[in-house]
Amino acid sequence: MAKKTGGSFLKEAGRGPALDAKSPFAVSGLTVAYDRKPVLWNAGFAAPEGELTAIVGPNGAGKSTFLKASLGLIPKLSGEVAVFGRPIDEARGDIAYVPQRSSVDWDFPATALDVVTMGLYRRIGWLRWPGRRDKERAREMLALVGMEAFADRQIGQLSGGQQQRVFLARALAQDAKVYLMDEPFAGVDAATERAIVDVLKKLLAEGKTVLVVHHDLETVPVYFSHVLFLNGGTVASGPVTETFTAENLQKTYGGRLAATQLAALHEAAGMKT
Amino acid sequence: MSADIFLQFDFPSILLGSLAALCCGLLGNFLVLRRQSLMGDAISHVVLPGIVLGFLITGTVDSLPMMLGAGFAALVSVGLIELVRRLGKVEPGAAMGVVFTSMFAAGVLLLEQTGAAGVHLDVEHALYGNLESAIWLEASGWGDLLRPEILAALPVSVLRLVVVNMAVIAFILAFYKELKLVSFDPLFADTLGISSRFVGTLLIVMVAVAAVAAFDAVGSILVIAMFICPAATARLLTDRLSTQLILSGIVAFSSGIVGYVFAAFGPAWIGYDMSVSAAGMIAVVAGIIQVVAMIFAPRYGVIARRRLQRA
Repeated sequence: MAKKTGGSFLKEAGRGPALDAKSPFAVSGLTVAYDRKPVLWNAGFAAPEGELTAIVGPNGAGKSTFLKASLGLIPKLSGEVAVFGRPIDEARGDIAYVPQRSSVDWDFPATALDVVTMGLYRRIGWLRWPGRRDKERAREMLALVGMEAFADRQIGQLSGGQQQRVFLARALAQDAKVYLMDEPFAGVDAATERAIVDVLKKLLAEGKTVLVVHHDLETVPVYFSHVLFLNGGTVASGPVTETFTAENLQKTYGGRLAATQLAALHEAAGMKT
Repeated sequence: MSADIFLQFDFPSILLGSLAALCCGLLGNFLVLRRQSLMGDAISHVVLPGIVLGFLITGTVDSLPMMLGAGFAALVSVGLIELVRRLGKVEPGAAMGVVFTSMFAAGVLLLEQTGAAGVHLDVEHALYGNLESAIWLEASGWGDLLRPEILAALPVSVLRLVVVNMAVIAFILAFYKELKLVSFDPLFADTLGISSRFVGTLLIVMVAVAAVAAFDAVGSILVIAMFICPAATARLLTDRLSTQLILSGIVAFSSGIVGYVFAAFGPAWIGYDMSVSAAGMIAVVAGIIQVVAMIFAPRYGVIARRRLQRA
């Protein structure tokens, strides 16, 4: 692609298709650049309601950036986001976000229960303190991820997997309609992986819409019904049965996916070519 | 030493030092947790042009216009830092450095060019404050501590710090959960619609107000020490934010008392007929308490960690 100057760069970005008003989470024409270097170019995706979608792509493909920029956490050059057809700032209560574990300082003086209670802060409102009911609800959420025994433990004394489950419980406490998770499976133990899968199933049973940045290609067909391939922009998206193909994997990962890996994936999923 | 001498000369100074330490120490918890420990130092420079403007507009050195000017200057600096960071595409630390020094320089220029230089602002005063100059001549006995009309005659700098302390405590109580949230996970706060920038700006304005009130009384050394030491000490002693806040308050307030007593009477105890800078001694005491905590703290102390490694 030819190098572009500032003006045309902006004009050309953001020409996404019209937003899907029915989708719980629709992103269109999303362009993000760090210091002039575009990370995402005209990315778009309309999350299907009540489905589990995996966001996959190589390192540096802009997967986390896609979530952060659509949530307005980092500045975007262009792009629109709609939550059930509404602008995102009017729909904060409908969205729960699970950041990467490494994004916070775990030495912070707070207990697991404190962190889960933060998921309720929006509902509690300004100038009010969390009450006994809120603490009880936070405790229930910790139980859902098998962490009730660690409620009063300082978060720095938890293992990586346990910290991830605390983040998950915090998102559950939000009782949102759309869940956006950034690499929840990264570097977790088997118990945590099971807990996360249980939570995903529960969310699905409740009709929630879930998007998960995921790095383990082999488990994509096992856990997810839909997939979004990202690499500097949307490469492909759709139901796993139709979209999770060798062709799309090749397009997304290029030479970075070895032939042997592809063969293993074929076997794992009985994938079409 | 008789009660009236103590009340007239030592008591107001002790109050001044302790209250200055308290309001800075409490707010310092959030600065330390947000890794903005030196914000207290920086902000005490930023507020200079605001203070000078406040003086130029009203023509008085009353505390209200000074506080308003300081708060306004803090707001302007937050905006400028964001602007420099975005336009200059530099890291936040660099943007802060540029804005803080420029605003301080602007304050100095303003001071010199407008003839406001007559207002006392000399190096010694700025570094050490004038803790010892606080006097309460109306007091004659312990009973005066309960009589409002005599209490009202306390030096204005003490009364100002009482008000600022009440404001700081009210601010922390009102925004406790938001301060905790944005200090721990600002991005998550933003997804909840609780703007981390808004809460962060409120905090900086409160820091500016506390810094100005304390700066005038005890000088910049104590202000910088009090924003950092009590909070850092308290962090070593507990894993709960609420407990940390209370402990930092106790550490700050008691360093104020102990520091003054050591400075005023300490030399006499070892046979010298003199006293040393109270503000300096208060900072030294706070530093000593921190070192003691670093060595003996139950979980994070050097000794406890050694023991843990051996076990």
